[in-house]
Order: sequence, then structure tokens, then C-alpha cells
Amino acid sequence: MNKEITSVQLTKDYFDAIKKNDPEIGAYLTLTEELALKQAQFVDQRIASGEEVDLLAGIPCAIKDNMCVDGVRATAGSKMLDSYISPYDATVISRLKEVGAVILGKTNMDEFAMGSSTENSAYQLTRNPHDAERVSGGSSGGSAAAVAADEAAWSLGSDTGGSIRQPASFCGVVGLKPTYGRVSRHGLIAMASSLDQIGPFAKTVEDCAIILSRISGEDKMDATSAQSADKRYEDFLTGNIKGIKIGIPKEYVQNLEGKIKEEFEKSVEKFKSLGAKIVEISLPHSSYSLATYYMIMPSEVSSNLARFDGIKYGLRINDQENTEFIENGKTERNLLETYMDTREYGFGTEVKRRIMLGTYALSSGYYDAYYLKAQKVRALIRDDFEKAFEEVDFIYSPTAPEVAFKAGEKTDDPLKMYLSDIYTVTANLAGVPAISFPIGFLESDGKKLPLGGQLMGKWFDEEGLLNAAHTFETN
Amino acid sequence: MLTKEEIQHIAGLARISLHEKEIEKYQKDLSGILDYFTELQKLDTESVEAIGHITGMRNVFRQDKSSDFGSIGKEEILKNAPETKGGYVKVKSVL
Repeated sequence: MNKEITSVQLTKDYFDAIKKNDPEIGAYLTLTEELALKQAQFVDQRIASGEEVDLLAGIPCAIKDNMCVDGVRATAGSKMLDSYISPYDATVISRLKEVGAVILGKTNMDEFAMGSSTENSAYQLTRNPHDAERVSGGSSGGSAAAVAADEAAWSLGSDTGGSIRQPASFCGVVGLKPTYGRVSRHGLIAMASSLDQIGPFAKTVEDCAIILSRISGEDKMDATSAQSADKRYEDFLTGNIKGIKIGIPKEYVQNLEGKIKEEFEKSVEKFKSLGAKIVEISLPHSSYSLATYYMIMPSEVSSNLARFDGIKYGLRINDQENTEFIENGKTERNLLETYMDTREYGFGTEVKRRIMLGTYALSSGYYDAYYLKAQKVRALIRDDFEKAFEEVDFIYSPTAPEVAFKAGEKTDDPLKMYLSDIYTVTANLAGVPAISFPIGFLESDGKKLPLGGQLMGKWFDEEGLLNAAHTFETN
Repeated sequence: MLTKEEIQHIAGLARISLHEKEIEKYQKDLSGILDYFTELQKLDTESVEAIGHITGMRNVFRQDKSSDFGSIGKEEILKNAPETKGGYVKVKSVL
């Protein structure tokens, strides 16, 4: 440790940067200045007294607003939770607090993590730090932009179908979605429970490895969290990938064109020059993955979001207030009307669309044809990965079929927006870990827009995955 | 295309109030997405076992013991409830 700057000073510097830049970027929904400075002071005292501290101790970070921090508002980007103050820490947060990480605030996101641009946030748009006319990606756009704009040293996001990797690609930072079950989701506001996973954003792959080591591991509060040894992923970054095999799925790259294709091919050449063996592979069920995802996800959304009923916590449309909801002069609501009007007003358009779709898919008579069918196709998609991983160590593609798009460009057409997720959803469906890291830039309107490459690895092979991305990044 | 009645039925199940003008929009949106899904019907999945837990985790057991509001405490939890009475969440009468 160099002791060049105190944690308190570093924390103050970040708040200065936030106050200067965030009015334009819109990365944060809530700042936790008091909490941050208290954590920073505590770490400084420990260092002053000669104590050994963790690598993350005193380093300021940002947390996506769907993770609970004790005593801090957690909106998940929704009006439904506008006044919700979390009474407990998510497991990832308590683990971070234990090692002395400093939490600067909570970041903007698409409502309940549903979207690819933060345009579905009930609060604000998070603009892309590389071009303010463009989106930061989503749903974890606030967390990605906070790191890219130097408003946090690193951040946490959540990824259900690409919500960490796509914004990482758009904002030019590194984003990791770990294996399903690697990180506990206790205290993460659930979206689609068979797909959701928490992961880090940072400037480097090594930082992501360090963060993953601190947040991962089994948790009795999340029965889906996997047993795992206490690993320090940063110790596996050898910088050597000679002889590893990287598969490129032909289904993913056959439609690539123009500058994206050029940049992607350059990155493939770079992997070759580092000693990796490049193999063309096939994931034959790829063309079904988006449809499978957009059936499983809304079904689980409709079930998870049933908890927002206007009774236990969050918004309630009251009898006397909210007069715009009193129709035909009726001033009293019964229980059913309370539920229905609270959900009508509290949820935004995209959230309601997905709840409706999922409710339909799970409704009597349709379950077999829709949700069950999708979970069967999902098994075929997983089998594709199992077969591919018999032949190769990693699977490589662009993270997204595009660079950051302009705000408003896709908001009218949900299907068009869903296509942003085409390369990312499969990792969630198959449960494998995947990382997005910067591979180049595209120029548009005189702005340099970052482009990300995505490596997917075998189940629970985060160390190999991080090492491959790290080796690419540092050469 | 889903009918108006179907949309109203789904909204009822989802406990979401609908305004008349939204019904048509949902008809269009949901039908579009469901059409997209018909692609999956082409696949033969007769002998495929559906995914339960993606990394193959089996039953996870814990002791069948309750703890009263855990370490958080009742008061902290009730603070977020829109309406409480005598230490309970207040719910409108069902009947």
C-alpha cells in the first residue's frame, strides 16, 4: 500500500466529480454521502493504526438501485418503491461492508431491471459518457456510466439477459456476469429468478476479479447460491493464454457487417497472436434463444412482481389522496381495487407489458405451451453449450450487435429493443459466466463509441474466463 | 390476435387496472410478442426434460425453524408498510 491518498479524500474527490458531472450523465438516483464518509473514516483509522486492510477497503463504489443497503432508499427505478427504505443489507452489501468498501450511492436503472437503455427508469435517463445524445445501455446503465464517467471506482450491477454486459460494452468498461448461483441474490430485488445474477463493473478485468472474490460464495439466505471454495480470482490472472481454444459461433457472426465486423475480426486476430487457437463452432439453437428468453423472463417477472400489492411496503393508491385515480366520483376502494389501481399507477409501461405477457403464459391452459415449452428449449440451448465446451474453453462474440444507440431511437418498438440482447441472453439461459470488455471504437458524428467483446466460459470457470479477458486487455 | 376480453381477463389475473384505450395497445403488443414465440413451437421437445435449476442443483435443506422477523426487527419492517395498526400491517376487509 502506497498511502498516497486517504479514503476520506478519495471519497470526497468522487463526490466532487459526481456533483460536477452527474447533472449531465444522470448515473445516480440516491447519494449516500454520510454513510460513505463514515465508512471511509473507519478505514483510514484502521490503516493509521497499522492494520492490514483488504484491497477494496476505502475504495468508493456505486450500487445498482435494485440492491438493498440498510437505511437507504431502494427504488429499483420504479415509482412503486419511491419511498421504500431498505431495513437490511443485501448479502453482497454486507460482504462489501465487511471488507471496508465505501458506498457512494445508488445508480439509475430501467424499472425493475427491464430494459436495454435506462429509458424505462421512472426517474431519469442515464446518458452515455462518450456521447450524451446516446444511451448508456441497460438495465444497469447507471452503474456502467458511473464507472465510465469516473463517478465511482467500480460498481455493482445485475444481469438477467445482458444487463451488465451490454451497458459495459456501450460505456467502454468491463462488466462480468458470473455463473448462475456464484453470487448470492439475497437483497436483490428479484426480476427473473432462474436468470438473475449480480456482478461487477470496473475499469479493468483485474478489478472485476478482485470484486468477485469479495462478493461471491454460498449464502444460507439464497438457496440457489452455489457452494464454492474461498477463491481469490485475482491470483489466477497469469497473462498467459497460449494453447487455449476459443470457439466463435457461426450463428453469432454470420450477420455481422461493416465496422463492427472489422473491429471484431481485429480482436480475433489479437487472441490468435496471444497464442489462442480459434475454432469455428456451432450453437444450433441460437436462433431460438431470444424467443425462449422473452417467454421465461416475463413469466418469472409476473410471479416475482406479484408481491407489489400496495399493502406490505411500497406505493399504495389511497382512498382520499391521488384523486386522479378516483373515477366516476367513487372515493373508496375495496381491497381488489386497491391492488389494481396501485399496480396500474406504480408500474411503468414495459413492466406492465411483461407482467401481462407472463401472466398470460402462466395462466390456466397455456403453461405447457409457453413456459414449459420454453424451459425445454432452454435445455436444448444448454446442451449446445455443453457440446461446444467439449471442444473449446471459451466462446467469443461481440457483446451487442451495435454500439450505443441514440436516446428515443427504439422506445416505440419493444421487439426492436429486445434485439439488443441477442448475444447476451444465451449466457443467462445456459447459466454460464460471461464477461464484456472493450475491444475497440466506432466513430459516429465525430464521437468515439466503445465496442465490447464477450467471452463466455464453462460453468464456474470464472478464473479461466477472467484470465482470458485480462490477457487480451493487458497486451 | 388476442381479443379485448382476453386482455381484460389477463389484466384481472395480473391485478392491473386497464383503461379502455390501453386495451388495444396491449392487444397489438402482446400478440406481436406471442407471434415471435410461435417459432419455438417448430422444435420437437417431446423427449426433452425441462430445466429446473440450470447448474443442476438439487434440494437445499434447512431447519424448519422460524425466527420472529430475524435480525431486522418488526418495527423496522413495519416502517415501510403504507398502513399499520397495533403492530400489524393493516389490510382492507376482504368480505
